[in-house]
Amino acid sequence: MPKLTIDGREVEVPANTTVLQAAQQLGIEIPHFCYHQRLAIAGNCRMCLVEQEKAPKPIASCAQPVSDGMVVHTQSERAKKARHGVMEFLLINHPLDCPICDQGGECDLQDQAMAYGFDRSRYKEAKRAVKEKDFGPLVATAMTRCIHCTRCVRFLTDVAGVSELGMVNRGEDSEITTYVGMALGSELSANIIDLCPVGALTSKPYEFIARPWELRKTESVDVLDAVGSNIRIDSRGGAVLRVLPRLHEDINEEWISDKTRFALDGLKRNRLDRPYVRRNGKLHEVEWREAFAVIAERAAQVPGSRIAAIAGDLADCESMLALKELMKALGSANFDCRQDGAYADPRVRASYIFNTGIAGIEQADRCLLIGTNPKVEAPIINARLRKRWLAGGFKVGYVGPALDLTYPAQQIDMAGAAAFLKDAKAPMVIVGTSALRRKDGAAILAASRALVEPREGWNGFNVLQLAASRVGGLDLGFVPGQGGRDTAAILAGCEKGEIDILYLLDADEIDTTKLGKTFVIYQGHHGDSGARRADVILPGAAYTEKDATYVNTEGRVQLGRRAVFPPGDAREDWAIVRALSEALGKTLPYNNLRDVRAGLIAANPLFAHIDERVPAPWSAFGAAGSIDPAPFVYPVADFYRTDAISRASPTMAACAGAVAAKAIPARKSA
Amino acid sequence: MAIQDRGIASVLLAELVAGLGLTFRYMFKPAATVNYPHEKGPLSPRFRGEHALRRYPNGEERCIACKLCEAICPALAITIEAEAREDGSRRTTRYDIDMTKCIYCGFCQEACPVDAIVEGPNFEFAAETREELFYDKEKLMANGDRWEEEIANNIALDAPYR
Repeated sequence: MPKLTIDGREVEVPANTTVLQAAQQLGIEIPHFCYHQRLAIAGNCRMCLVEQEKAPKPIASCAQPVSDGMVVHTQSERAKKARHGVMEFLLINHPLDCPICDQGGECDLQDQAMAYGFDRSRYKEAKRAVKEKDFGPLVATAMTRCIHCTRCVRFLTDVAGVSELGMVNRGEDSEITTYVGMALGSELSANIIDLCPVGALTSKPYEFIARPWELRKTESVDVLDAVGSNIRIDSRGGAVLRVLPRLHEDINEEWISDKTRFALDGLKRNRLDRPYVRRNGKLHEVEWREAFAVIAERAAQVPGSRIAAIAGDLADCESMLALKELMKALGSANFDCRQDGAYADPRVRASYIFNTGIAGIEQADRCLLIGTNPKVEAPIINARLRKRWLAGGFKVGYVGPALDLTYPAQQIDMAGAAAFLKDAKAPMVIVGTSALRRKDGAAILAASRALVEPREGWNGFNVLQLAASRVGGLDLGFVPGQGGRDTAAILAGCEKGEIDILYLLDADEIDTTKLGKTFVIYQGHHGDSGARRADVILPGAAYTEKDATYVNTEGRVQLGRRAVFPPGDAREDWAIVRALSEALGKTLPYNNLRDVRAGLIAANPLFAHIDERVPAPWSAFGAAGSIDPAPFVYPVADFYRTDAISRASPTMAACAGAVAAKAIPARKSA
Repeated sequence: MAIQDRGIASVLLAELVAGLGLTFRYMFKPAATVNYPHEKGPLSPRFRGEHALRRYPNGEERCIACKLCEAICPALAITIEAEAREDGSRRTTRYDIDMTKCIYCGFCQEACPVDAIVEGPNFEFAAETREELFYDKEKLMANGDRWEEEIANNIALDAPYR
C-alpha cells in the first residue's frame, strides 16, 4: 500500500485510490464538481487542482492515482491560485442568476464560489447563452448554467444504463443534450437533478415552489415499491413538497426511482379526509362516531366466520397487526395480506424474502430472473444488477417474455435454468410475483429453490416482492388462520354471499366488481377503486403522514416517519382500528404507538431489529408439481401508475403519457 | 451685599423681565414646528416607511420570488409563495407583509437583488383595524405604482453612496 503525505500528514491507502479520496480519508476537503464517488472519474472540471511536489503543474486530485512517497499540498499558494483561476473560468459563462435559480441555497457552485472564488468579476465580454432542452416532464433545464461536469451523462450511461444524454461540440460551444432531442426515459432519470452541482437540471414539478431553507426535513422510507428506499421528505406547512434520496449503502445507495421522487403530488389529490357512509347508494359525510356505529350495528348481526379482511400494498405493519388482532377477537380467520393472491409460504421466511440482500448482488456471479422485470418492478435493484454487470464476470438470464433490461440478458426457459446456473460460484435466482401469482406458483417456487440450494455463507434464493406491506404482513402473520380463507376464497365468498363484511385496509388492487352484496369497509387514504365500492369509508393516513413500520423485500425492518399531519379528519391507521375495536366491544390493548410496536415484537421478534437484515433459516417450502408452460405475464405494465398514490399523481400521468408518446421500439441497452 | 442685590432684583422683577425678553425674542424668529398635516418636515432619501413592490418601466413586476427578503426578515413578517407563471418565469403568487410585525429595519430592501421591495417615503398609513395592516401583493403593488416617482428619485439620490 502506497504511503503519501498530504498537507504534512502521512496516510497509507490502497494502491488504486486517488489523491482526492486519500485526502477525504484524512478529513481534508478538496473542492470538486465533476468527481462523484459513485460515478466514473472524468476529471474535467479542474476544481480539485492541488500542488504536488516535483510535479511541473498542479494535478487534478480526483483523477490522479496515489503513488508511494507523493507529497501533496492542498492549501499552498499555488493550489489556491489554481483554484481561484478555475473558479473564475467556471463563472465566466455562468449566468449568476442565483435569485431565480431553484438550486439557490443548495448549490455546490454557490457554496464553492463563496469559499474559493473572487468577490468580483473581471469579465466584461458577452456571456454565452444556451437554448433550453426538453428532458421530459420531470427534469427542468437551464443549460446556460451548465458547467459541463458531465455527471448527468455519466449517471445515465453507467448507473441507469441508457445512453440518452451526451455532450456535443467542443470548448465554449459544448452542450449537454439528449441525442435526438427526446425526453429521458429511464426510471432513474431524476437522480441527475441531485447530481447536478449547479442549477442546470432542476426538478420540474417542484419548479420555483420553495427554497431549501424553508423546508422541514423528515427522514423516512419509501413504500411505492418493496425496495424500501431511504428518503428524506421535505415539507412546508402541511404540504409535502419534495422527496429526496437518503444514503443507505445496502439498499438504494443514493438513488431513488422517479416514482418514489415524484408521486408525491398524488398525496394532495383524491384524498379521503372525512368518514363516509353509504346510504341509498350514495356516500354521505359523517362523523367518526357515526361511521363506527354503522359498522358496529352490522357486525353485531354477523358471526365471525362471515367477516373477512384484506390488507393492501401500502398498509403498514402497525395497522395490519391491529386489524389482525381485531379479526381474531371477532372470531374470524379470514384475513390475507396477499391481495394479488401470490403464493408465499408464511411459515418459512426464506421463501418470501430477498435472501441475498440488495448489496449481496455484488457478490453474485450469475443471476436468473424468473418472471420478473426488475427494471420496472424495482429500478433500484435493477441498478444494482447493472452495477454488478459492469464490474464484469456476471451473466444474467431470464425466464419470461422478452425484456429490455439495462444489461445484456439471455432469455431461457425453466428447463434450461439448471444448466445456466450450473458452474456458477455464487448463483442467484430472483423470483417475481408474476410467477407466484399463477396457479403453479408453489411448483415454480420449489423449482427455483432447487436451482440454488444455499451453500456455506451464500443464499442465492430471492423473491422480489412488489408491495411494501407484503413481507411485513407475512412476518406478522396477516395470513388466513386455521380454516380461514385467503384472498381468492374471500372474493369468491363475497360473490357467493358467504362473506357479509369485508374490511379492506388500503386494498385497491382487487376486483371490486365481484364483491356481490358484501358490506365493504374501506380504510385508506385515496378515493381509489376500494373506496368507490365501499359502504363505509374510514380515512387513513398516507405513508408521509404516519410513524409506521415497513419491511422491505430483503426482510429489513424500517421506520417511516411522519412529515405532515393527515388531512381533515383522517387519522393514523392503527389508531382507527383501535378506535373501531372499542366501538365493537373488543377493545385492543394498544393505547399508544409504543404498545403497538411492543405487540409487533411479540408477534415476531424480528421487528425489534430495526434496519438489520436478519438471515432467514432455510427449510422446505414450495410444492412439487408440474409447471404450466404458458408464458409469464409481468405484473407492472405501467411503471408510473402502480398504486393509489401514483395513480392520483398528475406528474406520474404526464410521465406515462411521455413514455407512451415516445413509443420507440425496444432500445438497445448500453 | 448678596441679600441687598437679591432684594433689588426681586423688587425690580428682573427675572420676569428676562423671561419675557426671551419670549419676545422667539416671537420674531421663524417657527420650528410645522402645521402637520398641512405641512410636512423634510425626509431623507433613506427614510424607511411603508413598503412597496415596484415595477420595471415597461410595467413588468420586478419581484422574482427569490425569497431573500423572507429569509432575512428578522420579524418573520414576510410570507411568499411562488410558482412558474404561464410564460415560465419565476413569480410570486402571494406576497404578504404583516405590517404589525414589521420593525422597519430595511433588511428586505437591502436583500432584494432587483430593487423590488422597498420601504418608500410614506409614513401615513395608520389604520383603524389590524386587518388593514396585513398587506398583500395587490396592496404592495398599488403602493409601488403610487409612489414610484418618489422611490425612484430616492434610490437615484442614494446611489452614489452605495
